Amino acid sequence: MDWDWIVRNLDDIGQRTLEHVLLTVIAVAVGFVLSFGLALLVRRYRWLTAPIIGVSGVLYAIPSLALFAFLVPFTGIQNPLTAEIALVSYTILILLRNILAGLGGVPADVIEAANGMGFTPWERLWRVELPVALPVIVAGLRIATVTIVGLVTVTALIGINSLGSLIIDIGYRRFFLTATIVGSVGAIGLAVAADRGFVILQDALTPWARRRGGA
Amino acid sequence: MDFFGDVAGWFADSANWSGPDGIPTRVGEHLVLSGVPLAIAIAVALPLGAWIGHNRRHANLVINVANVGRAIPSLAILAIATMLLQRFLVEIGLRAIASEISTMIAMVALAIPPILTNAYVGISEVDDQLVEAGRGMGMRAAQVLRLIELPVGLPVILVGIRTAAVQVVATATLGAVVATGGLGRYIIDAIAQRRNEEIFAGAMLVAVLSIMTELAFTVIQRRATSPGLRVADAELREPSQRGKGGGEVFA
Repeated sequence: MDWDWIVRNLDDIGQRTLEHVLLTVIAVAVGFVLSFGLALLVRRYRWLTAPIIGVSGVLYAIPSLALFAFLVPFTGIQNPLTAEIALVSYTILILLRNILAGLGGVPADVIEAANGMGFTPWERLWRVELPVALPVIVAGLRIATVTIVGLVTVTALIGINSLGSLIIDIGYRRFFLTATIVGSVGAIGLAVAADRGFVILQDALTPWARRRGGA
Repeated sequence: MDFFGDVAGWFADSANWSGPDGIPTRVGEHLVLSGVPLAIAIAVALPLGAWIGHNRRHANLVINVANVGRAIPSLAILAIATMLLQRFLVEIGLRAIASEISTMIAMVALAIPPILTNAYVGISEVDDQLVEAGRGMGMRAAQVLRLIELPVGLPVILVGIRTAAVQVVATATLGAVVATGGLGRYIIDAIAQRRNEEIFAGAMLVAVLSIMTELAFTVIQRRATSPGLRVADAELREPSQRGKGGGEVFA
C-alpha cells in the first residue's frame, strides 16, 4: 500500500466518493418515485402487473455493462444520463416488488378497521398501509442501494467519474493496486453505511416496532 | 442516420462470424468463462450450505457471507484478483490464460454467496415434522438429508444457482476489462474505438445470452421440482415478508 499517495490525493478521493454518492442517490431516489407510481398504477389496474414486472425483470437480467452499452450510441459516453437511465432501471424491479409485497401484506382486518374508521383510500394508504408495509419497503431500499453502489463502479467503463475510476482508470489500467483498493474499500464502506442508515431510518419511522421488540 | 441499419449490417457481416474475434468463438469463450467458476462454486457452496442447513447451526456465518458478498462490487473483486494474481500466473508459465484464470477465481468468490445462502435456507426451512417423520422411520442423518431435505429444499436451492449463474454470465462480460475473451470484448473494444454499431451489437449479444441463461435455469428449476412440491412452490411465490432467498421478494 502506498500510503503517501493516499495522503497526497485525499482531495481527489473525496471528490470521487462524492460523485459516487451522488450517482447512487439520484438513481435510488428517481427509481423509488417511479416504482411507487408504478405500484399505485398496478394496484389500480391489476392486469398491468405481469407486463410491468416482466419488463423490469428483463432489464434486471441484462448485465450492467450491456445496459450502459445499449445507451451509449444515443446518449454518449462520459454522460451521467447514460449511467442514470441504466441504474434507475435496475432499481425498479427490486423496489416495485417490495413495495407491492409490503402493501399486499397488510392484513385484511387492518384495512377493514381503517375503512370502518371512515378513511378515504388516500388516508388509508398514507396513515395505515404504508406504515405497516414500511419494513418490507425499506428492505427493498437497502438492497437497491447496496446494489447500485456496486454498479456505479462499472460506470467508470463509460468514462464517468466515481470510486470506480480509482479502481479501473488509476488502479487497474496503471497497475497501481493502492488506488484499486482505496476505490474498492470506499465502495464497500458506502454500501455498508447506506445499509446501516436505512436500518436506523426504519427504527426511527416505526417506533411501535421497537417498543414491542424491547418489551 | 440509419443506426439500426448499421447494427444489422454488423450482424450480416460474415467477418464477424468467423475467426478468433467471431461471434461463435466469443460465445464459446463466454460460456467457458462462466461455466467453470459456476461449477466450482456449486461444488463448494452446495454441500457446505446443505450441511449448515441440516445442522441448523452457524446460520450467522451464512448470513454474513451473503451480506458481505452483496456489498463487494464485482468489478472490484475482478480488478484486485487480476492485479494480485497476474505476476504469479505469468511466472508459473500461464501468461496466455492469466486473465482468464484470475477472472474465474474472482467469479467463484462471487457465485458462492447466493448458492450458499439458498442451500442453507432451502434445507433449514424444511418442515420439522417431515424431518421427524423420517427419523421416526429409522432414517439416518445422511438419509434424512438425501431423501427428505434435499428434494424438499430443491426449488429454493435452484433459485440460488440461477442467481449465481446470471451473475456469473454478467461478470464474465466485465472480464473483457481485464483482457479476457468473451462477449464483453465487443463492448470494451468498440467503446475504445467509438464504433457505436458494434457497442450496440455487443450489448445485444450479452443481453440475449444473459436472458437465455435466466430462462434455462428457470426451466430446470420447474422441471426439477417434485410434483408434490408444486403447491408449496406456489405458496413460496406469494409475497411474504420472509422473501426466501432470491424468490419473489428482495429481503
